[in-house]
Amino acid sequence: MSIRQGLLALLSEQPMYGAQLRSEFERRTGGTWPLNVGQVYTTLGRLQRDGLVEAAGDADDEGRITYGLTEAGRGEVATWFTTTVDRESDPRDELTIKLALGVTLPGVDIVAIIQAQRAATVAHLQDLTRLKRDALAGGDLPWELVLERSIFTAEAQVRWLDHVESRVRRAAAAASATVPVADVDHEMQESRA
Amino acid sequence: MTERHVLLEMRGVSRVHGHGPTEVRALSGVDLRVAEGELVAVMGQSGSGKSTLLNLAGGLDTPTAGEVEVEGAALTGRSVAGRAALRRRSIGYVFQDLNLIPTLTAAENVSLPLELDGVRRSKARKDAIHSLADVAMADLADRFPDEMSGGQQQRVAIARALVGPRRLLLADEPTGALDSETGEAILAVLRKRVDRGAAGLLVTHEARHAAWADRVVFLRDGVVVDTTDASSDTSAALAAGGPRHL
Repeated sequence: MSIRQGLLALLSEQPMYGAQLRSEFERRTGGTWPLNVGQVYTTLGRLQRDGLVEAAGDADDEGRITYGLTEAGRGEVATWFTTTVDRESDPRDELTIKLALGVTLPGVDIVAIIQAQRAATVAHLQDLTRLKRDALAGGDLPWELVLERSIFTAEAQVRWLDHVESRVRRAAAAASATVPVADVDHEMQESRA
Repeated sequence: MTERHVLLEMRGVSRVHGHGPTEVRALSGVDLRVAEGELVAVMGQSGSGKSTLLNLAGGLDTPTAGEVEVEGAALTGRSVAGRAALRRRSIGYVFQDLNLIPTLTAAENVSLPLELDGVRRSKARKDAIHSLADVAMADLADRFPDEMSGGQQQRVAIARALVGPRRLLLADEPTGALDSETGEAILAVLRKRVDRGAAGLLVTHEARHAAWADRVVFLRDGVVVDTTDASSDTSAALAAGGPRHL
């Protein structure tokens, strides 16, 4: 599922052909999820069948076809970034890829994505904690331990999201701080002149 | 279900420090209600306004805009003495650093706020023992703080915060100085105490502890960006047996 969404997200930036998509996907997700080019083309074929991508022109000299998003494809990318990850569908990987791609793409409000996910995970933690209170009251130790496992996983996800948010905000602050420095240089040159 | 008595209400509360180019907006237009029987957690990173929110709720600081009411009485607009009187009658605090007076026993620590308020010593002692019993600490009433574990001291602090007529508990990272399991036990005590007729506002950066609350409020840059409720539907579905999917 995430390969499909990941390729669509990459194509929202610019049209690409299969091998480009593969290397961009691997580069931007830190190589945590290696893809083979066959997987990429199979996925592109399905996306084309579903009306989410289309060929952006004829094949080039080497026979490569560049794909771009359709309107429906753009809608799908927007939906992916604004929908929280279903816990049942291996949240770690999809969330990791969503955030890794989110920080590299323009127009994605990464802090809002992090907050939505954090709220969803804390709400889940609240449910788990209620169940744990019942388990404690009923002396159901095995169930309590199973619940604790989920509680630790959810807690770890929130801590990781906190960390990502701090890191992203620090990076944004550093990026905006470089602008005044350039201005200062400019002013200094002017005053010297 | 009947409407529960609202013990803390904040409406459009803002707190600005300084003015002009050095102005810092610590809190902006916060609305918050905590009713009897409710535990509300506030989460946010350092500098998000958590402590400011708690200080305003407890009348330790005054908002630059908006209103704070405790048990229906306005905290805003009162004199310093007026705020102190309302605080003593209605509000109790629990801090991270287990700040009991070392030369007083558990019961004396708990009865002290009542005695300072002019309650007779015997009545104050009786109320203190009652409050200690609420946190399962009546047996250790005559122990000094250094004869108790960190978790036991924090239970005494909760008993002190809610002794006598006080029903609004403000807790600032109450588990910060405790190990994970003891911290968890303190949350269980806090939860039980609130269920029995108090209102709690808990500031924490730990999701596992915030999860004991009925609602979790997220602050960022002084603004409430989200509020979550425990969805009783999910709990019911999960608790109803069958395959226990998480």
